[in-house]
Amino acid sequence: MPTVRLSFSPAPAHVRTARLVAVAVARRAGVADELLEEIRLAIGEACSRAVALHRSQGTDSLIDVAMDDGDRFTVRVTDRATEGRGAATAADPAAFLVEAPVTAEGPEALAEEAVAATMGLALLAGLVDDLEVEAVPDGVGTEVSMSWPVGRKPTDA
Amino acid sequence: MELSLSTRTVDHHTVLEVGGEVDVYTAPRLRERLVELVEAGARSVIVDLSRVEFLDSTGLGVLVGALKRLRAAGGTLALVCGHERLLKIFRITALDRVFALYDSVEAATAATDPDAGQSA
Repeated sequence: MPTVRLSFSPAPAHVRTARLVAVAVARRAGVADELLEEIRLAIGEACSRAVALHRSQGTDSLIDVAMDDGDRFTVRVTDRATEGRGAATAADPAAFLVEAPVTAEGPEALAEEAVAATMGLALLAGLVDDLEVEAVPDGVGTEVSMSWPVGRKPTDA
Repeated sequence: MELSLSTRTVDHHTVLEVGGEVDVYTAPRLRERLVELVEAGARSVIVDLSRVEFLDSTGLGVLVGALKRLRAAGGTLALVCGHERLLKIFRITALDRVFALYDSVEAATAATDPDAGQSA
């Protein structure tokens, strides 16, 4: 069972709240200080992704963040979007710069969102060793799960 | 901390100093300011991220958008980013190969001075 659970409506302002809570719970769970910054970023990315998916589909459903401090500090971020993006980890996250033509009057905000989505996945993949993105077993949505060691310093690679 | 934005001019460069948190909530304000600067005619823009405490993919998207916009207008974008914490984000996303990153505003102005010649 999760130690702390948080649900929020898909408003960008709430992502910061989720980050703050996650870092506070991680610290309390005994995660090493040097990992807290990664956790802050990774959970922020997972939540931003969920918010973007909900907003693109116009759903007000709550996004769920479940934190568990068992053997490892585990976080699961669940969205309720009908079509989540997979854990596609582009070999070259900067490839879009070559592929996407520069248009003076293109839908720039949309293009930036696409860039952000790609970068978000690149960050998640780069920050989290055991990242998993899976369809929610019973129903609509995807679950992004990730975990970090607790109680002792991570061994150097 | 909330996002803070302040603009100043150094020679012919426009320096946008960003502070606080750039995330999915605050990034639209950063985009707005960058669009305004380019529309107002700025062509050598330096975004100083030294006081940024948090930067996520939404912020990166906005910076990439600004880079494209400036390139389309014949301009340049340089980023000032000295923190290892932020540099790591640029490395993971391979954007360190896309942006011109400098340790200080002085280094950025020196490198992007038209008289000094440009490598890119």
